[in-house]
Amino acid sequence: MVALPYLWLLLFFVVPFVIVLKISFSDVALAIPPYKPLLEWVGKNSLAIKLNFDNYAFLFTDSLYLHAFANSIKVAFLSTLMCLIIGYPMAYGIARARPAVRNVLLLLVILPFWTSLLLRVYAWIGLLKANGVINNVLMSLGVIHEPLTMLYTPFAMYVGIVYSYLPFLILPLYANLEKMDWQLLEAAEDLGCRPWQAFYKITLPLSRNGILAGSMLVFIPAVGEFVIPALLGGPNALMIGRVLWDEFFSNRAWPVASAVAILLLLLLVPFMMWYQSVQARESAGAR
Amino acid sequence: MNYRSSFFILTCVGLGFAFLYIPILSMVVFSFNASKLVTVWDSANSPTLKWYYTLLHNEEILDAAWISLKVAVINASGSVILGTLAGFGLARFSQFRGRFTLNAMTTAPLVMPEVITGLSLLLLFVALEQLIGWPAGRGITTMTIAHMTFSMAYVTVIVNSRMASFDSALEEAAMDLGARPLKVFFVITLPIIFPAILSGWLLAFTLSWDDLVISSFTSGPGSSTLPMVVFSKVRLGVSPEINVLATITLAVVSTMIVVVSLWMARRRKLDKAAA
Amino acid sequence: MTASAGGVVKAQTWNDPSARPYVEVERVSKSFGDFTAVKDVSLKVYKGEIFCLLGASGCGKTTLLRMLGGFETPSSGRILIDGEDMTGVPPYERPVNMMFQSYALFPHMNVEQNVGFGLKQDRLPKAQIQERVATMLDLVKMGDYAQRKPHQLSGGQRQRVALARSLVKRPKLLLLDEPLGALDKKLREHTQFELISLQDKLGVTFIVVTHDQEEAMTLASRIGVMNHGEIVQAGTPSEIYEFPNSRFVADFVGSVNMFEGSLIEDEPDYVRIGSAELGGTIYVSHGISAPPGATVWAALRPEKVFMSISAPAGGADNVVRGNVQDIAYLGDLSIYLVRLATGKVVRVTQPNTSRHAEAIGWDQQVYLSWDATSPVVVTR
Repeated sequence: MVALPYLWLLLFFVVPFVIVLKISFSDVALAIPPYKPLLEWVGKNSLAIKLNFDNYAFLFTDSLYLHAFANSIKVAFLSTLMCLIIGYPMAYGIARARPAVRNVLLLLVILPFWTSLLLRVYAWIGLLKANGVINNVLMSLGVIHEPLTMLYTPFAMYVGIVYSYLPFLILPLYANLEKMDWQLLEAAEDLGCRPWQAFYKITLPLSRNGILAGSMLVFIPAVGEFVIPALLGGPNALMIGRVLWDEFFSNRAWPVASAVAILLLLLLVPFMMWYQSVQARESAGAR
Repeated sequence: MNYRSSFFILTCVGLGFAFLYIPILSMVVFSFNASKLVTVWDSANSPTLKWYYTLLHNEEILDAAWISLKVAVINASGSVILGTLAGFGLARFSQFRGRFTLNAMTTAPLVMPEVITGLSLLLLFVALEQLIGWPAGRGITTMTIAHMTFSMAYVTVIVNSRMASFDSALEEAAMDLGARPLKVFFVITLPIIFPAILSGWLLAFTLSWDDLVISSFTSGPGSSTLPMVVFSKVRLGVSPEINVLATITLAVVSTMIVVVSLWMARRRKLDKAAA
Repeated sequence: MTASAGGVVKAQTWNDPSARPYVEVERVSKSFGDFTAVKDVSLKVYKGEIFCLLGASGCGKTTLLRMLGGFETPSSGRILIDGEDMTGVPPYERPVNMMFQSYALFPHMNVEQNVGFGLKQDRLPKAQIQERVATMLDLVKMGDYAQRKPHQLSGGQRQRVALARSLVKRPKLLLLDEPLGALDKKLREHTQFELISLQDKLGVTFIVVTHDQEEAMTLASRIGVMNHGEIVQAGTPSEIYEFPNSRFVADFVGSVNMFEGSLIEDEPDYVRIGSAELGGTIYVSHGISAPPGATVWAALRPEKVFMSISAPAGGADNVVRGNVQDIAYLGDLSIYLVRLATGKVVRVTQPNTSRHAEAIGWDQQVYLSWDATSPVVVTR
């Protein structure tokens, strides 16, 4: 019974990665498809495998790519942090609300989640541009006299990422907080703990799995994010997802793009495995 | 209880939701703005429905929407079948060969950056085309296959999680009364977990409908989806038709969410009483 | 406790050597990895019996029940039902039905559909299904609730529907997993007798699993006490209570005072045990079989101890002095904890037969005595 999904995923999920790996070792060619085959007949009976490590060497030596990788991680990390700062109080507030209110608030969080990311990012274009809503409001209030440059800056990109991924952090965190026994806080207070201390010593540690799960759901995809840097970030917003897209579509350099993909994957696999283990721990604890 | 009504928390929640909704609401508001500049309110001519009219007659957008719809429906239905099988299998059978792999394969797509998935699938299709001649070029078929591959992961997680709280005694009771395992699955298990399957279908539909990156990699000439068309427009800046699209999308999604949650709430009473 | 209705089986079939057992468990074991849940269990259950498997959680009783139902396969051994080997047969092919602890009523079907589900699987004609379902529902007094869904019923009502559903197919054997566990005390008592009368009417053989010894004593024609995967003793409720074969059984069913000691005199028709714990001797008016010099235990039930302020007439055996340490007044009886000179605390229960009786109070010096027929000697 599980054979069907298993085979499907094997063919359409795992095999592609093998192919990406293979192509990352091949040469670029002016052909369709734009790469040279890996196996070549040399002479009559021998088969040579040409593994071209040039692509990888290229990535490591050209500072653009290193910069892009580093920047992506930095951006993803800071965005995750900001999502946490904004999202944790929200998740907490929803978890503590009365059931009737809580359901409405949850629906309000879920609604953006189900609305196209593309459209929501687009909304920020309208808000951040030179004659956009924010500038218009500020100018009409006399707070500023010249429009602020917000669009096509790293600032816009951060706003976009935090905005888009916020529901992804709130939902798992909420799921975790909802299961908490609030009487623990009452017990702590009874024993002399002040509210903030109780939060720090009890709520925070117990919500650890939720924090980790939510953070991974933000961090990992954010590293490889393409749409938001493309629409909101300027030319200086160097994210590896964008680099991969450009290499592939604009430069038609499939082998290099593949190499980028492999390195990105290697970079993220440890985090993915961490996410898996957090999920396993959470479900084991729930039983 | 002072934690509940803590002023700090209330402020955070309020500001947070404002942050989430101001952009969305601004899009809605400006969809009624007559000015082509979108964000500069033309009070002489607004509010107006003229952009709604324009959008609904925009051939390019309508064609793209139709393609998106086809792909999304096929994707959702296929993903639900694959995902339910996988989710059920993972939940019910604690040991079988390849369990670890299946588990990993169904959770990885949830966090994998789309550029990687998209690139790898495209390369697969190219390689397959070279090898066996299928798929001949990229288009709706390849896109649908690609979408199903990542959507099914989401359905698996949903079904697996629902099965965890499903009393296996119900299945055993059915068998005890004479029903064979296959019958039990269709007559007992499926009807009871139906809400989970439905939400899986809706999620798969939405993921496919909104997908940009993977679609871009795996589509071909003449098979542009709605997000792809929106993206090319939006790269150039704001466009009033996109605001209209956003408003319509929002209206449909909110209605759907409200209807589905009301229906789910009614069914939750059923499940609770059966436990 | 009123009379047990275990006498449903008119002749004590289990004592008849020519009677053929209806359900036979032959040296069945079940292991999960390196954990053995059921160890080499053999059992014979006769037609029309209510047989209770009694034990604490983790003793293997539920595993054994599930093997009888076909939900687990024995690691070794055989299970025969009405003479046929059913060891590997799946649940949907067995003439056995089970009533689950959680009732497992199908939430998306109403009462009528739930009860009729099993008959539908047998492809009976619709009219016949309707008729049998209606009859069954009337029998459990749920006739008016046929159209209701499970979530609209109370716990006791759901239990009756579950019972109806498991009996409507007239199985050869009905397995019940903690059938009364979810009910409150009054409902439990009422349901116990309903269960017995239903079984009597339909003549179905019951095997019940429970951890509640009171439930087992009320329902069962015979009880099988289980511990660590084995049946340590099987017999009628009175046999189990009055003649336990080990300290475990004596202690598990009801309360008991256990005195460790050694045989002073060992004769075919009596034994005398010297017990340091007691600080005296126990004379038991029947012989026991034990190797010479073996340690034995005398088990004495609290209700069989007489308490008096003045010394009773009689010899030095079966009497001891102590101080009343604690009293628990339970209305119909009182429980006294009496501390002996050796430090051992003896539990004595006395019915409060008269209202203004000479009350025995705290710290009172009392004499405890008992009949020579009362103690049971166990050797393990």
